[in-house]
Amino acid sequence: MDPEFFEAIAMPLFDQLYNFAHWLTGDRSDAEDLVQETYSKALKGFRSFQEGTNLRAWMYRILHNSFLTSRTGLRAHNLSYLDDEEVDIGCLTAHSVTPELLLLQEEGRQTVMDALACVPLHYREVLLLCEAEEMSYKEIAQVLGVPIGTVMSRLARARKLLRELLAAKPTEKSSQWTVIKTPGR
Amino acid sequence: MDCDQNTGALGAYLDNELPRNETTAVSEHIASCPKCAAEIAELVRIKRGLRPAQGHFAPSSGLRRSVEQLARQQNRRASRLQLVSVAVFSAAILLIVIASAQFLRRPDHFVEIADLHINALASANPVDVVSSDRHAVKPWFQGKIPFSFNLPEFSGTEFTLLGGRVVYFHQSPCAQLMVALSQHKISVLILQDTTELDRAFAMPATVSHRSNFSVDTWQSQGLRFFVIGDADPSAIGRLSQAFQSANK
Repeated sequence: MDPEFFEAIAMPLFDQLYNFAHWLTGDRSDAEDLVQETYSKALKGFRSFQEGTNLRAWMYRILHNSFLTSRTGLRAHNLSYLDDEEVDIGCLTAHSVTPELLLLQEEGRQTVMDALACVPLHYREVLLLCEAEEMSYKEIAQVLGVPIGTVMSRLARARKLLRELLAAKPTEKSSQWTVIKTPGR
Repeated sequence: MDCDQNTGALGAYLDNELPRNETTAVSEHIASCPKCAAEIAELVRIKRGLRPAQGHFAPSSGLRRSVEQLARQQNRRASRLQLVSVAVFSAAILLIVIASAQFLRRPDHFVEIADLHINALASANPVDVVSSDRHAVKPWFQGKIPFSFNLPEFSGTEFTLLGGRVVYFHQSPCAQLMVALSQHKISVLILQDTTELDRAFAMPATVSHRSNFSVDTWQSQGLRFFVIGDADPSAIGRLSQAFQSANK
């Protein structure tokens, strides 16, 4: 495949990739660096890209890996790292109609976005890939480099966390939400 | 389905990621379990609530430009690389053409050897010394050529010595012997070997078929031998063998 073809198929992903990068870094200039790095790496490594495989997952994977090795990525990673195996999500299920339902309806979009920004990185990215990018579990597994089973359990945990954040209903500004304490830490 | 143990399954159900049989099981369960039905409803709300995360941050036009430029730079580099490889390829082709032209222009020494044989066949007096006796033919060459060679004994063999004469090959004197095998006439040409000749006639030691003649050539003790004629290649081979053993 030639670079011209690459430009034709990789540039349409530009907006999505930037959005994802911004969600990961939480900062415009970091996100811009990350996107540039991703395209630069993708162009260099394009010969190794196998035609017929998933270009979107491949690009997201490069971005994800670049982020993890970046300074902000390392910091976020250390802050939020949580072994998926240790999480017991069963005991956390809330089987009732909870206030977050109402909250979602009332305060709407911005509240959810703010809450998402507070979800630890590991869970934030899996939520983004699944709910925003609408990737299949298989694609998410390719991007994150984890088994599909891990994607499933991480996603369940992430949804749970987001709901807990929304249920916590902050009194003032949402930025005062802190990353909630996770079990095993 | 146990609704206290498999909460991940509800999410996967919603994401359409469960195997068919599990999907059916979850569907049936939800229909009879209000808790899990409510859970699904909440998961749907979360899903809807998160959808706007897509496209939430828009890239600046400056970033788009610089990324596009990045791709174009790579493009240029690649096309430059292509140009270089095309140049290298054409240079290689040119070299091959020149080399093969050079090779084709190289005179075929075998044709000249064949010409000497044909001359003798066409000549009214193909030999200058007429004798079937090797002891008469060999001394005749003395003083006419700057080297000496041995003749094998022909009596009692299928070959008959007809005689010999001096010819020139590339301005060098060369002994030409005519040998008959029934009606076939075979030339044996002997001359001083040079590195140029060596290179021109470097070939496996077998009788080859060139210019409608069978030819054998070899080098021995500073002399280059050719045996050429229209006889059977095996007969040429036998005559070569006789000369080879006489000039060891």
